Amino acid sequence: MDVLYLLIPISVLLVFAIIGVFWWALQKGQFDNIEREGDRILRGD
Amino acid sequence: MSVITKASQSAVYDDGVVRGFAIMSVIYGVVGMLVGVIIAAQLTWPELNMGIEWLSYGRLRPLHTNAVIFAFGGCVLFASSYYVVQRTCHTKLFLNKLAWFTFWGWNLVIVAAVVTLPMGLTQGKEYAELIWPIDLLIAVVWVSYAVVFFGTVGIRKVRHIYVANWFFGAYIIAVALLHIFNNIQIPTSATHSYSVYAGVQDAMMQWWYGHNAVGFFLTAGFLGMMYYFIPKQAQRPVYSYRLSILHFWSLIFIYIWAGPHHLHYTSLPDWAQTLGMTFSIMLWMPSWGGMINGLMTLSGAWDKLRTDPVIRMMVVAIAFYGMSTFEGPLMSIRAVNALSHYTDWTIGHVHSGALGWVGFISFGAIYCLVPWLWKKDRLYSNQLVEWHFWIATTGILLYICAMWVSGIMEGLMWREYTPQGFLANSFVETVAAKHVENVIRMVGGLMYLAGALIMSYNLWRTVRLPSPASAAATPAPALIPAE
Repeated sequence: MDVLYLLIPISVLLVFAIIGVFWWALQKGQFDNIEREGDRILRGD
Repeated sequence: MSVITKASQSAVYDDGVVRGFAIMSVIYGVVGMLVGVIIAAQLTWPELNMGIEWLSYGRLRPLHTNAVIFAFGGCVLFASSYYVVQRTCHTKLFLNKLAWFTFWGWNLVIVAAVVTLPMGLTQGKEYAELIWPIDLLIAVVWVSYAVVFFGTVGIRKVRHIYVANWFFGAYIIAVALLHIFNNIQIPTSATHSYSVYAGVQDAMMQWWYGHNAVGFFLTAGFLGMMYYFIPKQAQRPVYSYRLSILHFWSLIFIYIWAGPHHLHYTSLPDWAQTLGMTFSIMLWMPSWGGMINGLMTLSGAWDKLRTDPVIRMMVVAIAFYGMSTFEGPLMSIRAVNALSHYTDWTIGHVHSGALGWVGFISFGAIYCLVPWLWKKDRLYSNQLVEWHFWIATTGILLYICAMWVSGIMEGLMWREYTPQGFLANSFVETVAAKHVENVIRMVGGLMYLAGALIMSYNLWRTVRLPSPASAAATPAPALIPAE
């Protein structure tokens, strides 16, 4: 199952990338006051 | 190709490319569904290929799947993601010219598919049939798409990135990754190539791609639509924004390892099969969390189900999302898979997801988008949307019920032994046994196609409606305070 030596690293790297993006989003305050964000798209664009 | 959408903000959006993709999605939808009806008829009456190899089932079937998934679904995804990312980021598209390149490039891919697939030119990988030169073009178009989308997010005027954009972004990145790794091929001529993987390695790569294509192309992208168009059309915010964030992160963490459930009882190691099955079952949680979130967005506005057929269509789409994401993990359990795999049950499952979830949420998004994009204050006829809704819903139910019956019958016939230990039925006997179900399936598909034709007519008349006097014709966001 040599292909797993490719697929597992890709998937693990992807998970690390996802964690990285999640961390970035947390630090940037993307999740502060999130319930307010749902309303905003209704107030005109 | 810019238009003024909101006089108060003088915000200018690039809607030309969105209009282009919206028009093409309707055309490709009708063509793809028509090919589906033709091959369904061929399953019942094989003579319908008229002895012409270009019209044989084996060549038209990939044309059907590519047309409905990548041409219809792809164009709806391009249109809605370009529309939503501008509105929620309060900015024009980053590099509008590159966005137009993705429009022409994607259409060129589709034309190339329409030419090569009936000629029998294929890589032989399901949902990745297109030959290597077309794969290269797809990769170039997709990377440009990513540049436009993430560039637009990058130049946003609001700090928060709306949840729909997270889903669109994940789908764009995942599809790029899947497409590139599954299509690493060594060309032997301009139209032929060999995969660098062989045997079960290739199968594992193929279904890592195949299942995640379902997970990201046909689910994450369309969830982005759910999180924008349902709140907009219902004039209610997402039921729980917090839950939508959880839905997003849990879905993308778990999805990537569900693929091996397509390879139960093959030479794939047992532990890998079990892993795929376990991750598939874990997907019940985020899927149903998202479904509940979508449905409950209507809380306090349930009366709109009665009065607005577009909302009803999108709500039924969520119901089908819930149903097919329940059925999928169930079928990934090895013992269930022993009965269901390779039978019509799988086809029924795919179509409850494709016709019910992907199709209906797309129709809902298109019914919202066309009046907004062409500055009309309404659709030409809500009555025709009602007709579309009821004809298509009945068609789906006929289709999937017929496939449940024939699939389970087929599975049981394949495993039936005589007292002497021989298989009781030959394969052709199982084909003959499901004749009636195949006819019902074709009728269901025909009804679904009829619904799409009604939609095309309705949208055409909508575009030709006289424009309302005010230029700011986007539906006034009359907010009703939550109780």
